[in-house]
Amino acid sequence: MIRHLLSAADLDADNATLVLDTAAEMANLAGREVKKLPTLRGRTVVNLFYEDSTRTRISFEAAAKRLSADVINFSAKGSSVSKGESLKDTALTLQAMGADAVVIRHSASGAPHRLATWVDGSVLNAGDGTHEHPTQALLDAYTMRARLGRLDGLAVAIVGDVLHSRVARSNVLLLHTLGARVTLVGPPTLLPVGVDAWPAKTSYDLDAVLPDADVVMMLRVQRERMDDAYFPSVREYSRRYGLDAVRMRKLPEHAIVMHPGPMNRGMEISPDVADSPRSTIVEQVANGVSVRMAVLYLLLGGQHK
Amino acid sequence: MTTYLIKGAAIVDGSATDLLIRDGVVAAVGRDATGRGAEVIDADGLVALPGLVDLHTHLREPGREDAETVESGSRAAALGGYTAVCAMANTDPVADTAGVVEQVYRLGRAAGLVDVQPIGAVTVGLAGERLAELGAMATSAARVRIFSDDGHCVADPRLMRRALEYVKAFDGIVAQHAEEPRLTVGAQMHEGDVSARLGLTGWPAVAEEAIIARDALLAEHVGSRLHICHVSTAGSVEILRWAKQRGIRVTAEVTPHHLLLTDTRAESYDPVFKVNPPLRPSADVAALRAALAEGVIDVVATDHAPHAVEDKECEWGYARPGMLGLETALSVVRSVGLSWDAIATRLSRVPARIGGLTEHGQDPAPGVPANLTLVDPAATWTVDPAALASRSRNTPYAGMTLPARVVATFLRGSPTVLDGKAVR
Ligand SMILES: [Zn+2]
Repeated sequence: MIRHLLSAADLDADNATLVLDTAAEMANLAGREVKKLPTLRGRTVVNLFYEDSTRTRISFEAAAKRLSADVINFSAKGSSVSKGESLKDTALTLQAMGADAVVIRHSASGAPHRLATWVDGSVLNAGDGTHEHPTQALLDAYTMRARLGRLDGLAVAIVGDVLHSRVARSNVLLLHTLGARVTLVGPPTLLPVGVDAWPAKTSYDLDAVLPDADVVMMLRVQRERMDDAYFPSVREYSRRYGLDAVRMRKLPEHAIVMHPGPMNRGMEISPDVADSPRSTIVEQVANGVSVRMAVLYLLLGGQHK
Repeated sequence: MTTYLIKGAAIVDGSATDLLIRDGVVAAVGRDATGRGAEVIDADGLVALPGLVDLHTHLREPGREDAETVESGSRAAALGGYTAVCAMANTDPVADTAGVVEQVYRLGRAAGLVDVQPIGAVTVGLAGERLAELGAMATSAARVRIFSDDGHCVADPRLMRRALEYVKAFDGIVAQHAEEPRLTVGAQMHEGDVSARLGLTGWPAVAEEAIIARDALLAEHVGSRLHICHVSTAGSVEILRWAKQRGIRVTAEVTPHHLLLTDTRAESYDPVFKVNPPLRPSADVAALRAALAEGVIDVVATDHAPHAVEDKECEWGYARPGMLGLETALSVVRSVGLSWDAIATRLSRVPARIGGLTEHGQDPAPGVPANLTLVDPAATWTVDPAALASRSRNTPYAGMTLPARVVATFLRGSPTVLDGKAVR
């Protein structure tokens, strides 16, 4: 197994499948009486969060605790991090504390890569800037496989602000590795220059993509993007790229609707779609813990130290 | 003053000759070069170049003496084979008054390792709003001829037009950092495949090219001289070729790093590779090399940009852009295939002419100021950041083995470097 998980591209098909299979076992165990495994007893997992993301932090914390690891939360607020301590100095502190794994969330793309050059333990990217969020992609793939029974050959439409989305980048890489066919959909302003080199198709027309999609993943779109002229108005955006009940009818019967959260209801997704039986949004949260348990287990499971 | 007899150096036409250096000038060349009591320097196998001239150096003093001083930057320059450097104006305080440019000029004289020619800011505080007192800087002791807001673009077209016109009164030249700021808000690296993958905000080539096209047309309209700093794209080369064919008085520089490195270096997220303008894809690198060979790009300038450790050992997005260049420029341009004559032209003769540095950029001949450097063309060396004379360590070439090594540098007949070491 790999030492760090910085990018979804760090996982080849075998390793990615191993994570998903292990996550399924973890989910089974969670369903039983015993919720805690002794696997990582005596190991220290640090959650280093430079961005507020309670849901991701709690998910990683729950995963580490269910594996009996010692968890230290190092959040940017109220610690030396907010007093301007550099990432490198923080890394050296974590190193001195003997952290076996550091889960890092950071607003700067590539911060986990830098951290990995300064610490001996495993680094898990829990979202870096507009770069990647590999465990989100893993839990999304897990959710698709659980609902639809396979990933190979699935048609997945990822819709919205691809340019600024770490979820989109990680999903494109992982889904390609696992044999799914990805189409990125959004206004041209929100698809990056250079997207042609990605292993994905692109489209500006959501209605044309929906009839052939097995999965539609709606990305969060920040209203403030409007101020930078990425689109003219919230109303126009949701009319052209939002998923509402009318548009959802264009999907095949079996297709599912995903969202990494937090949602802008009424912007990229309408409340009736978000709450419909096609929606996997609640499952995604639950699956997140199993997938993160699997990742911690495989990265730390007695491999080194 | 010691007299030196340099024996057996190859001048750039390839022939080996002797050079007598006395009283600050080249006193004799060839057979006539004999001097009683002269200190003999065995230059067998070495190449003698006119001392290199850098049109684009950041010396950081005043303001960031922790990153570089005029003296430490001068030492780095001398070790790199330079005898003159033009110091950019983006210091703190900004070199936008006669007082600051004279301070930098005097610090350069006091260090005495290279001629430090200050560049004056175009606008007050580099703010791009009001013209600085260009005439006062021109008539100061520093005799400023190059004006630049480098680090920032003079983005306002009306202000740029006025600056181009105004400096004609004292044969000045405006050196533009070509970057349309509205197209590079938050930009971190070249906009293309790699930026898309890395999730770093893109710096599109058009932001440079649009300004070069605009300013070339402005220079034509008002009949002024324009210099373009650190050209980095194939599209810029096309625009410059067009402008020169049209007879517009535009000159351009390229940096060693844009001739060697590509944007894929950002994949490490190591900010030692973060620079402005950013590293570009290999097609641009190839176009820049061809443009330099063709003369569409006139000179190689280092854009030597020292930064303190804390400004580089951090997240890419928080790091300051810029790289060291003075001590590696000669070797880097050699590594990309420039001949010794091309090096003399692009790193000495032409930049001296553009900058109005009449004492520099002259091939050794009787009576010319003895500003020259001796290079061992057969030597190779491995770049060790800790061994550089600069106060900073942000070289992108760490660990690389490069060809050619400066053995000695003379500034007006006095050695600043001997046996590859700074004399002080
Ligand atoms: Zn510049």
